[in-house]
Amino acid sequence: MMPSDIKLATSPSAVRLALRGITKSYPSVVANDGIDLTVEAGRIHAVLGENGAGKSTLMKIIFGVVQPDVGTIHWEGAPVEISTPGQAKRLGIGMVFQHFSLFETLTAVENVALGIPGRSDLAALSSQIVALSDRYGLPVDPGRAVHSMSVGERQRVEIIRALLQNPRLLIMDEPTSVLAPQAVQKLFGTLRQLAAEGCSILYISHKLDEIRELCDVATILRGGKVTGICDPRQETASNLARMMIGREIPACRHAPASTIDDPGRLTIANLSVKSDDPFGVDLHDISLIVHGGEIVGLAGISGNGQRELMAALSGETLADEPSSISLSRVPIGSLGPRQRRRLGLCFVPEERLGRGAVPSLSLDENSLLTANGTPMVQAGMMQPAKIRTFTERCIATFNVMCGGPDAAAKSLSGGNLQKLIMAREVLQQPKVLLVSQPTWGVDVGAAAFIRQSLVDLRNAGTAILVVSEELDELFEICDRIAVIAKGRVSPIRPVSATDIKDIGLAMTGLWSPADDTRTPAEKGARIAN
Amino acid sequence: MSGVLISIVIATLVAGTPLVYAALGELVTEKSGVLNLGVEGMMLTGAIVGFITATATQSIWLGVLAAMLAGALLATLFAVIAITLVANQVAAGLALAVFGTGLSSLLGKGYTGTSLVLPPSPVAATVSQVAWVGQYLTQLHPLVYLSWLLFAAISYFLYRTKAGLVLRAVGESPASAHAIGYPVVRIRYLATMFGGAMAGVAGAYLATIYTAIWTEGMTAGRGWIALALVVFATWRPARVLLGAYLFGGVTTAQLFGQVAGIPVPPEVMSSLPFLATIIVLVLITRNRTLVRMNAPPALGQPFHANG
Amino acid sequence: MQYASPLIAVLLTAVFGLLLCVAAGRNPWAALYTFTISPVSTLYGVSELLIKAAPLILIAVGLAIGFQANVWNIGAEGQLTIGAIFSGGLALHVASDGVLLLPAMIIAGAVGGMVWAALPALLRTRFNANEILVSLMLNYVAQLWLSYLIYGPWRDPQGFNFPQSKPLVADALYPILVPGTRLNAGVLIVLVAVIVGWFVLKRTFVGFQLRVTGLAEPAARYAGFSTTRAIWIGMLAGGAAAGLAGVGEVAGPLGQLFPTASPGYGYAAIIVAFLGRLSPIGILFSGLFMSLLYLSGEAAQIELNLPSATTGLFQGALLFMLLAADLLVNYTIVVAPARRLQEKIS
Repeated sequence: MMPSDIKLATSPSAVRLALRGITKSYPSVVANDGIDLTVEAGRIHAVLGENGAGKSTLMKIIFGVVQPDVGTIHWEGAPVEISTPGQAKRLGIGMVFQHFSLFETLTAVENVALGIPGRSDLAALSSQIVALSDRYGLPVDPGRAVHSMSVGERQRVEIIRALLQNPRLLIMDEPTSVLAPQAVQKLFGTLRQLAAEGCSILYISHKLDEIRELCDVATILRGGKVTGICDPRQETASNLARMMIGREIPACRHAPASTIDDPGRLTIANLSVKSDDPFGVDLHDISLIVHGGEIVGLAGISGNGQRELMAALSGETLADEPSSISLSRVPIGSLGPRQRRRLGLCFVPEERLGRGAVPSLSLDENSLLTANGTPMVQAGMMQPAKIRTFTERCIATFNVMCGGPDAAAKSLSGGNLQKLIMAREVLQQPKVLLVSQPTWGVDVGAAAFIRQSLVDLRNAGTAILVVSEELDELFEICDRIAVIAKGRVSPIRPVSATDIKDIGLAMTGLWSPADDTRTPAEKGARIAN
Repeated sequence: MSGVLISIVIATLVAGTPLVYAALGELVTEKSGVLNLGVEGMMLTGAIVGFITATATQSIWLGVLAAMLAGALLATLFAVIAITLVANQVAAGLALAVFGTGLSSLLGKGYTGTSLVLPPSPVAATVSQVAWVGQYLTQLHPLVYLSWLLFAAISYFLYRTKAGLVLRAVGESPASAHAIGYPVVRIRYLATMFGGAMAGVAGAYLATIYTAIWTEGMTAGRGWIALALVVFATWRPARVLLGAYLFGGVTTAQLFGQVAGIPVPPEVMSSLPFLATIIVLVLITRNRTLVRMNAPPALGQPFHANG
Repeated sequence: MQYASPLIAVLLTAVFGLLLCVAAGRNPWAALYTFTISPVSTLYGVSELLIKAAPLILIAVGLAIGFQANVWNIGAEGQLTIGAIFSGGLALHVASDGVLLLPAMIIAGAVGGMVWAALPALLRTRFNANEILVSLMLNYVAQLWLSYLIYGPWRDPQGFNFPQSKPLVADALYPILVPGTRLNAGVLIVLVAVIVGWFVLKRTFVGFQLRVTGLAEPAARYAGFSTTRAIWIGMLAGGAAAGLAGVGEVAGPLGQLFPTASPGYGYAAIIVAFLGRLSPIGILFSGLFMSLLYLSGEAAQIELNLPSATTGLFQGALLFMLLAADLLVNYTIVVAPARRLQEKIS
């Protein structure tokens, strides 16, 4: 059955989903506290809140993954209990996850089949997929294995999988974090079409501009409670922000970079790396220079080579040509991470727990992960007192809320752990700092602190390279900006000479040689030994 | 000459059959993302249970059935620890191997060295009358033929049915499968129990048909070879079959060599299957891409059901 | 707190044993006495306990270093066998004797164990071959090699055709520490190993790197800790320890070479390592307990006519109980709240 065969109730007063008094507690926190939510038929309803506000928990309750302690759910007027995702689907609730639940080694049609109960005729399903993708402008190749798809295409598979269940309510969880600006517009078109046909949409996001553009009603969450219900099109972004975090977002004190100290501190020249992951992205001929005392931003949707580039720069992957990466004119391409760190190159990775920090080890021990030169380690032996002093300095300077240096890393919240990892790298006074997704999943207060600390570090003379998906953030703190797409890096431009539209275009891989403001030296000169 | 060739083929098939059962069973288990290292223990317990039951009931089939139950039961014990309690699967599997081996010794206490003698089957007598192939067909126990059926059934199940698709999905990403609403724990239990049942059949075949005598530790490492088989068959049923018969061949060569009086010490011949396993393992897994593309991505990783 | 689950596991296994006795129609309390108290109620009994505990503890400490780095050396039994072959072979074929013989044997045994452990290490680091399977296969090969030697070229011509080697000369044996018992100086090596193992794991940076490699491999790579080095150190530590244990058997209670070098110490040590929470101090205690299990097994063989391999039943049960107790203890106190915290954050 195709969605078009059903004419859904579209009168504005028809309530599709009503949550009343939803409360869910965990031992250390109340995630949802007496939440009321009313979603009407055919409306695009935003749920707005920063990380930790309770959005995820609420969605998990609606989709049957988690059960509320208190509260009622009414679906189209009748009370229901949603105890499993299967039940949610049977009611007509579909969900497109933020971190996709797709199976890489299977094809698109097999993935879709898994979302449907009962036996599946793959051939018939394939034609249904094609029909849907034509109808809603979501191009998908049913026979293609997911691992060979771009992130955007994967999301389209997720959406089609949800649509094939004829949902009456579609939950979209942070859908645009992986899309280029043009693709975002296409998605909005699809959502508007669905809403016009009577499907309700719950749109979870923290991106104020998008919500103001797309949604006609927004419920705002803060600290587990509803702090406002409004029409986002009538509100300004700063009003919405205030409702979201309860105060003004602190602005970044950002004087433009005055003096470039040590030009060419980090020089990448014609770096090409073949990914050893069959699902990875190869890097092609990347050339980039970061001077001391500046912040260079690298924009791009994840999956375009950022991981591979960061691994090559940090030393986790060794370069074929040692001189393709150099630090203050010293070739470091063949050095491992510890050696690069000793030369002054530090790195804050995008994964915190499990890579930037070991979850079950204490903060002291986690300091030792990268701060392990003298005096923390001497003659191969760990020096507990010196390690403790270092950790305490990290905690104090960056205001990390934790149970002390003996606390396990996993006991810290996302924002505080990120601050600690930042502190650890920054306090080693690096000559070059690489940062990947600095404020992903971090609450607004900590995010502002982190951005400010990057600017302060820049002012002290460090060369900083920031990779991020958040264009706003990059435009806020960077001096120059480039785009990484399909394993290549675009020409680099001063932030003042470009805007989000241009960058958005570059993210699709389009840039012209005329935009290139690099000097011939920057463009690809090899460092003569 | 062709008579010798046929004997070699038959000996190879016979020697490979326990590996076929054990490895195919473990394949299904591993496809769901569970690594059960306890195959040796399940095989041995299946062997003694099958032997005792066959001796008591004078029926190999009942013995095989009992062995399946015993294997499945032991696998369930492992599943409780490794799946429900989310323990380290390597340690749990080792515990099962040691436990199952010890259990088989205890149960087999009164049967050491005794042999199983059964009256000839009337079905076999009839089949052997069939012109020209009859005498060869009956040299293979029906379990050998059933193992081929098992191979076909598993291949069909894994790649042609929705349930098989779900199993593969669970083995790739249990979190995603759970998020879509599939009962990951239940699926893994079933896959693990199936693997145990098959290991039981393999053991019973060894003890009641291959050598109809019970001795302690009679599987002599075949359970571990079955595990290695799954790896270097890169988790594909057809390759498992091939690998099992390859080892059947090595074992046969070892026996023929001893009989033919080749002047190599018997211990060296007995080492051949183990050395061959190492060599083939190295040859296959050194191609990391091949392994990464075929190994169930979630293999051996603990899965915490939400809530 | 972290020793709560091993204690629970021991108790549960004891209950399991008592239930088995009841099922077999024996008085459980008498059985408990026979199998746990009486074997160690004499000086000789205690010395036997220590003699069996020594190789278990030694091997387990070596294995623990590897396990902490996620290096799964299952080949300790084979490495012990090769250690016995090298050291015993040296003693049997060297013309002269003297004070240097025993130290030479010790070195030979350690080298032998390390060589046998180097094979899976090499195949893992170069060819990505699973070290569990490779080291395990090598157990069977080592066993067959020893068997060949004892039934063949090394068989004692004066041995009435029994499968055994010539008895070793006095200089090839560890001196006895307590007269009237078999307790020998080999236990001193074990004490040294425990101290060294604890020191390496807890105080040195190398030990820290091993632990990180085992806990979170991406973090180890981020930190620049070499996984290759961790694999080599992990395997060689276990190999050396097992090889030394092999010398300990040959130059100790056995005094000559037999077709099997140990009653499964290499496998039991794996369980000892887990039971001791992969910590050398904990292993001291769990090794003693496992040794008691072996003595009980021997008593059971004599009293109840049970096959000695039944000890494996209890060892496996013990590990199962440990894993179960571990998870139950951790779940209620640590994992569940932590996971709820995760849910809340995400």
